[in-house]
Amino acid sequence: MNNNNENALIVVKNLQKVFKNNNGDTVQALDGIDNVIHNGEKVVIIGPSGCGKSTFLRCLNCMEDPTGGSIFFGGEDLADMKVDINKHRENIGMVFQQFNLFNNKTVLQNIMLAPVHIRIKKAGGIFAPTAVKKQIKEEARQTAMSLLRRIGLEEKANVYPSKLSGGQKQRIAIVRALAMNPQVMLFDEPTSALDPEMVGEVLDLMKQLANEGMTMVVVTHEMGFAREVADRVIFMSEGKIVEEGKPSEFFDNPQTDRAKQFLKCVL
Amino acid sequence: MNWQKSFAEFWRIFAEQNGYLVFLRGLGITMLIATLGLLIGIVVGTVIAAIKVLPRYKKITRFFQKICDFYVAAFRGTPLVVQLLLAYYVVPGVLGVSWPAENVCVVIFGLNSGAYVSEIMRSGILSVDPGQMEAGRALGLSYPVTMLKIVIPQAIKNIIPTLGNEYISLVKETSIVSFVTATDICKSFREIGDATYEYVIPYLFMAIVYVIIVLVLTLLVKLVEARLRRSEK
Ligand SMILES: Nc1ncnc2c1ncn2[C@@H]1O[C@H](COP(=O)(O)OP(=O)(O)OP(=O)(O)O)[C@@H](O)[C@H]1O
Ligand SMILES: [Mg+2]
Repeated sequence: MNNNNENALIVVKNLQKVFKNNNGDTVQALDGIDNVIHNGEKVVIIGPSGCGKSTFLRCLNCMEDPTGGSIFFGGEDLADMKVDINKHRENIGMVFQQFNLFNNKTVLQNIMLAPVHIRIKKAGGIFAPTAVKKQIKEEARQTAMSLLRRIGLEEKANVYPSKLSGGQKQRIAIVRALAMNPQVMLFDEPTSALDPEMVGEVLDLMKQLANEGMTMVVVTHEMGFAREVADRVIFMSEGKIVEEGKPSEFFDNPQTDRAKQFLKCVL
Repeated sequence: MNWQKSFAEFWRIFAEQNGYLVFLRGLGITMLIATLGLLIGIVVGTVIAAIKVLPRYKKITRFFQKICDFYVAAFRGTPLVVQLLLAYYVVPGVLGVSWPAENVCVVIFGLNSGAYVSEIMRSGILSVDPGQMEAGRALGLSYPVTMLKIVIPQAIKNIIPTLGNEYISLVKETSIVSFVTATDICKSFREIGDATYEYVIPYLFMAIVYVIIVLVLTLLVKLVEARLRRSEK
């Protein structure tokens, strides 16, 4: 793994996130996260429930707006509210625990919607020439079909999500994000909502992506996956990164008491 | 009272002296005001609902949300007749213009129903899984685009039956438009009655006409509802 800064894809500096609850209480979900995610790197984030894993991941594409610090990506600080976040999100794929396929769209439409809309917008929106629009749609359709072929679900192209199994939904959610051709993929517990027999097919697809060199940040409880795929494991506790390192080092020889305790519970 | 004679009188006016034309015109105006009113209401209500469910952290959205709150409070807090009278008799005088009663009715019914539809829409939108919006935003789609392409189409399924009921109540409420000289169903039967100074039969007929319209519309709403439930699968 290359650690020089030219290879850095996302640089997180002193990231803070404070939630305000309805009753006026505040929760410090992230407390000074510093981290660099490099091109092609696979980072797995683990830690006890409520330690801020999801919040950290969701701050990376500003699904939660950070309340302090910075996130440098694509030459800009995403934590700056003036940044056009949509432009950057095109390059940051995200996969959710609950899949979140668009219920009112077929599988094919789910995959094509964002690429088509965004490319047509760049070509002039409603003023784009019909021929250009047609071409954009056709290209997106072919990309979508080849992605579906890749996961063996091309016969589901015209089916609505409600007809799919959890594993199928999640694999489609993954290729939907891939259709944007992102520079990095964020996964928030992608297998936690799945029946056990479907976990494997989703992890296999993620391993494939990893092998192809995709930059990945994954929050998961699948320690086997972390050990096998991760270049680096980040262990969080109470909104901070407590420990990080190569999976072999971290799992076999954790340094901090908290990590030792956590690993004793999950392994 | 001689029912047979009264009915014969009514029927003479209605069938032989073009009473039915007066009625058909009234029916047309009633349906026109209710239908266009609902369409305007849907547009206005959707915009208001979309603004009201915006995330609240930007000053400008809070400003627009205040305006929407005021709008809804103003239209729900005053009687529809009062709104009609103001729009037909007061506003044109102030602005130095004049406009046909039917147009005023369409606009006021539209704006008024917009206030009610916005609440229907808002609860419909809030009933859609927030993950749908998140997925759209995470792909780089903007808030309005995700709203229009993903959230609202799903909300519509919950909303359409309620909108059908809103349409039915609009049809019934149009019976007040003769306050501003528009000639709806209600007015048309009064005119038929005026021809003989005999109102019992015309008003009975009027009631039957409204009942039939409402029953037909209720049936339609039920059919659409069943259809939507089937396409959900
Ligand atoms: N929208 C929110 N409003 C208020 N508090 C929140 C919100 N989201 C998260 N929190 C709080 O922030 C803290 C971190 O939550 P987060 O979801 O990031 O934890 P997590 O590590 O992902 O946990 P889990 O393993 O259970 O998913 C928790 O204390 C949680 O209660
Ligand atoms: Mg979480």
